[in-house]
Amino acid sequence: MESLRGKVAIIGVADTEVGIVPHMSATQLTIDAALKALDDAGLTKNDIDGLITCNSFAEPILYHAEAMAEYLQIKPKLCYSVLTGGGTTFSLVEHAAAAIVAGLCHTVLIVTADSLRSGLTKEKAMTSQASTGHPQFESIYGPTVPALYALIARAHMEKYGTTSEQFAKIAVACRKHASLNPAAQMRELISVEDVINSRMIADPLHLLDCSLISDGGAAVIVTSAERAKAFKQDPIYLLGVGEGHHHEHISQALDFTTSGATDSSKLAYEMAGLGPKDMDFAQIYDCFTPTVLVELEDLGFCEKGEGGAFVDSGAIELGGALPINTHGGLLSHCHPGHPGSMFALTEAVKQLRDQAGERQVKNAQTALVHGQGGIMSSHTTLIIGREVS
Amino acid sequence: MEALKILPTPTIETQIFWDACQQEKLLVQQCKECEHVQFYPRLMCTNCSSREVGWIESSGFAKVVTYTIVHRPILPAYQKEAPYILAVVQLEEGPTMMTNIVNCNHDSIKCGLQVKVLFQDWEKGFLVPVFEPI
Ligand SMILES: [Zn+2]
Repeated sequence: MESLRGKVAIIGVADTEVGIVPHMSATQLTIDAALKALDDAGLTKNDIDGLITCNSFAEPILYHAEAMAEYLQIKPKLCYSVLTGGGTTFSLVEHAAAAIVAGLCHTVLIVTADSLRSGLTKEKAMTSQASTGHPQFESIYGPTVPALYALIARAHMEKYGTTSEQFAKIAVACRKHASLNPAAQMRELISVEDVINSRMIADPLHLLDCSLISDGGAAVIVTSAERAKAFKQDPIYLLGVGEGHHHEHISQALDFTTSGATDSSKLAYEMAGLGPKDMDFAQIYDCFTPTVLVELEDLGFCEKGEGGAFVDSGAIELGGALPINTHGGLLSHCHPGHPGSMFALTEAVKQLRDQAGERQVKNAQTALVHGQGGIMSSHTTLIIGREVS
Repeated sequence: MEALKILPTPTIETQIFWDACQQEKLLVQQCKECEHVQFYPRLMCTNCSSREVGWIESSGFAKVVTYTIVHRPILPAYQKEAPYILAVVQLEEGPTMMTNIVNCNHDSIKCGLQVKVLFQDWEKGFLVPVFEPI
């Protein structure tokens, strides 16, 4: 099998305005992100011969990617939409890379956007949330998305002695980073006490252990490593990628405290020829605080069961050994649903280009970006860097 | 009108399971080739892929694998009962399933707690399996 290592690079990234954006529809956010990413790369729409999108929940379209191509008036050779939850956006980078290496196309625009905050009726928002889980064997028992992640949190607490304070520290770190990011939806600093004292949603998860509900979109442009040097930004190379899929419904999970991130990261590290210690920072999917804690372990940044102690050490804050979610993450930057993880990738690219302003990780060369979807269901790990060494 | 809980819509694949619940029996599938026991109902054995999958009645005994106490449900029918316990339990026969733990003090719920199935009439006489401490 041919490795994707170093074969493609990200040459353009962009975010739309995020947070509460009632003046733009999900489709407009998609197009806005696409145009901004083209500007960032110094490309025109006619340079794009591959388009991959993620359907919107607020404004769903039957053939979403085709509709976006028509809206833009481009005629790509590769055009489709993917929906695998929060891990979606990183799988798309893998698929784009594979398509480019296989010669199916040369420059792929990946764009995702949604308006979960402003674009849904209250009824639609409620129905969609209440229908979480297996329709016959889970939904009937009244789970909510936070409740399904609370099952993970509780299992980890029971098995490894992890505490609510340790979960809270993840929310505090993300907020601290968001406070340095003018684009973030929530920028006011919070303390561990603020998290613990916020309203209980599904024990042990408090309101501030839960991510935001937002509007927003983001795009990245991927091309072959040979072409990548010709554009206006420093290319950021794909060094490793892998996926891991263990279940869909949490009641069918093989293990409640270890996830498919073990598989996805193993593949990504092997492809990159790198390990956890080589990462200058990481963007780790943070729909809820326990998600991050379990992933820190599964991605190899600490031993299984040591996630709480790792968080206690301060490693995950800017200035620490492994700053995470430097833009503020889903917990504090924004979370428009399926597109949410894309902002972790655009942020990682900006960090590696040394364009992250006040929240810049000094001399950042290599980063890990991890997305997961469902309820710890589908996992994709990317390793990207400034150099292919 | 009183707010209703979500009721399952049985399918070709799950009708036997839900019919048995109405007789207060908890069924799981067992493979006739390799004896693997599984839940939820499927066309094939997840262990050996055999299509020769039959039904056995579970003892109804289980232990709590993990749980949460839901304070902020979405739908009014569930809000009425909040806070309530949502759990994943492992049946004595092996498979795991999601359920509610009822008749249980919220201070005494813990992982590993031994529980037993009972059937609750949710709406219009439709019985749903839930669990309570032994
Ligand atoms: Zn079998």
